[in-house]
Amino acid sequence: MASGAELTSKEYITHHLTNWSVGEGFWTWHVDTLGWSILMGLVFLFSFRAVAKKANAGVPTKWQCAVEMVVEFINDTVKGTFHGKSAVIAPLALTIFVWVFLMNLLDLVPVDFIPYAAQMIGGAMGYDPAHVYMKIVPTTDLNMTFALAIGVFILMIGYSIKIKGIGGFIKELTTQPFNTPWLYWFNFILEVVALLAKPLSLALRLFGNLYAGELIFILIALLGVWQLPLHFPWAMFHILVITLQAFIFMVLTVVYLSMAHEHH
Amino acid sequence: MNINATLIGELIAFLVFVIACMKWVWPPIIGAIETRQQKIADGLAASDRAEQDLRLAQENAKKQLIEAKAQASALIDQAKKREAQIIDEAAVKAQAEREKILAQAKAEVEAERIRAKEELRKQVAALAVAGAERILQRSIDEAAHSDILEKLVAEL
Repeated sequence: MASGAELTSKEYITHHLTNWSVGEGFWTWHVDTLGWSILMGLVFLFSFRAVAKKANAGVPTKWQCAVEMVVEFINDTVKGTFHGKSAVIAPLALTIFVWVFLMNLLDLVPVDFIPYAAQMIGGAMGYDPAHVYMKIVPTTDLNMTFALAIGVFILMIGYSIKIKGIGGFIKELTTQPFNTPWLYWFNFILEVVALLAKPLSLALRLFGNLYAGELIFILIALLGVWQLPLHFPWAMFHILVITLQAFIFMVLTVVYLSMAHEHH
Repeated sequence: MNINATLIGELIAFLVFVIACMKWVWPPIIGAIETRQQKIADGLAASDRAEQDLRLAQENAKKQLIEAKAQASALIDQAKKREAQIIDEAAVKAQAEREKILAQAKAEVEAERIRAKEELRKQVAALAVAGAERILQRSIDEAAHSDILEKLVAEL
């Protein structure tokens, strides 16, 4: 518990769940979310690019093996779900899986390490330590998860229109489940709700799981000496959540995009 | 926790990462994987083929060995047969030669015998004549045998 002596539990929790914000109103930037997510994205890109640059069909290095395992796993998953041909979907799935996984992984960094270090640095630079915020897990920020979900949503709409044409897409939204002209308005409401539910559920599922996990880590950290036996099992369990949520986000993305490719 | 400009920033970051992955990460890695898969499949097929070739070669060698053995034993048989044949032929030839020589010898002996007999007869005749002469000289009595002599003379 960092500087816990002068903080109440509520203040401690609130402090941990507040982003480092710059700007006002809508034009507020969460510097920690942006910074950590971009850092994780770059970790992903550079570590995989290192393999891609030296990729050859000969005897692979150990790191190449590890990367190829991930790539092949993604490739198999995509091939099992998506039957069309697309140069986008497999790399998209890989990016989502690894990036989300790495961002989720930050949840396993003990909750006080980095915020406390940030407070020390901020304090040394002359800021009030109580107002130095550092929430390092980007996926516990709705902006992050919604950005991913909206990105996928844009692709869904784009592919629907590209494959079926605007007319086909509108027809898909209006002519089912009830194929009678006087019920088209009703179909349209149903289909739009179903369509919007996809990115919404994607974003909220990831956010909810990680936010709850983070919150429980913070609550455990409040327990004083009892946090030691509790922290470990929760972290172990959380490894599952981290991987599973990254996997679910990736699989659902592929499923939604393959649905967008299909004719009804 | 409220939605703000961070979303736009993350959306752009997402876009950039996906495009970067699409351009520089995915194609080389998946290409290498697929090439290696192809290579391994080819290698396995080649090893299968080699195994089959080896088995065929072994079978072939075995067959050839058996054939060679059969040929060798046939050759030996033939040689033995030929040997016996040569011996037989030689025996027959020797027999014929022997008979020929024998016959020749017999003929020579016969001829010799006939010639000796002739000689003997001639000598016996001469001896007989000589003996007869001697007897005759002693016992001839001109008077008693004058008639014979006279007959002889008369016949001259």
